[in-house]
Amino acid sequence: MDFKGFDHPGRPAAGGTRSVKVMIAGGFGTGKTTMVRSVSDIKPLTTEETLTQASADVDHLIGVADKTQTTVSLDFGKISLNESLMLYLFGTPGQERFWFLWNGLFKGALGAIVLVDTRRLASSFRAIEEMERLDVPFVIALNVFPDSVNHPIDEIRDALDLSPHTPIVACDARDRASSRDVLVALIHHLKERSDVALETR
Amino acid sequence: MSAPRRPSDPSGLERYYVLTGGRSGPGGSASSLDVATLIVSLTAPVTGTQHEHEEILRRCRDPLSVAELGAHLGLPFNILAVLLADLLEAGRVEARDPIPAHDAGRGPDLALLEEVLSGLQRL
Repeated sequence: MDFKGFDHPGRPAAGGTRSVKVMIAGGFGTGKTTMVRSVSDIKPLTTEETLTQASADVDHLIGVADKTQTTVSLDFGKISLNESLMLYLFGTPGQERFWFLWNGLFKGALGAIVLVDTRRLASSFRAIEEMERLDVPFVIALNVFPDSVNHPIDEIRDALDLSPHTPIVACDARDRASSRDVLVALIHHLKERSDVALETR
Repeated sequence: MSAPRRPSDPSGLERYYVLTGGRSGPGGSASSLDVATLIVSLTAPVTGTQHEHEEILRRCRDPLSVAELGAHLGLPFNILAVLLADLLEAGRVEARDPIPAHDAGRGPDLALLEEVLSGLQRL
């Protein structure tokens, strides 16, 4: 059924614009912010979450100053897919140990791109583990740097301990078309997963 | 002329405390707010209300994500969520959560994925 031009059924009126989100993860310096910048329609922005060690139901900010405080920043961009659908791209903070503090950061995401620098594979191990733990569908994007060595994909799959179903694509995160192609690969992967899910029902 | 001000609190905590009336997290409908949730004003801004509330209503005439609002207003997510909870409770804004790839009980949303794909291919 085609709902174009109409409000989504069951949703209140007022323009009908909706959003989807994709997360961009990967180790420090793998090109997350670069990819957000190259593919976004808007100048990338930064949003922050201030986190304290205080428990979530503590109802007073007063006195928080002497508790440990951490600011986690997300760089993000936006792509207008059509008049009524926005894609938001969020570059995740490099320090994966803070992810769990940002409640529901990955919840509701279509999926994720995990950027990998083949010169420093290990820097993205933690991001991959987190995606698997959170059950977020993802594709691996090998960000090709000028001095990157061309490793066979199988070797990389082995080294990253990836399942045969996880797509691996090469990209240049500085290039809009190349980053767009990684997003396309992610959506194809999600569709394939859907097909599998439907068949095994 | 306003009285001379004390140097501002570098951590911003004092400002946040004043903005939120000391509340550190939203309750009710706003507790599910996501960075990609779109906020849309349902009423025009009224002068005399808290400046930040007015500012949110003014900026969200067209749907704007919580992340964009936070960046424009210079407020961290948890503080903004408290302010949005006030407006949601008063029925002055509407919040639309991002559409997940899998809709509970309805399976994978293939139509959505197709829509995203054709949007990307037009880039």
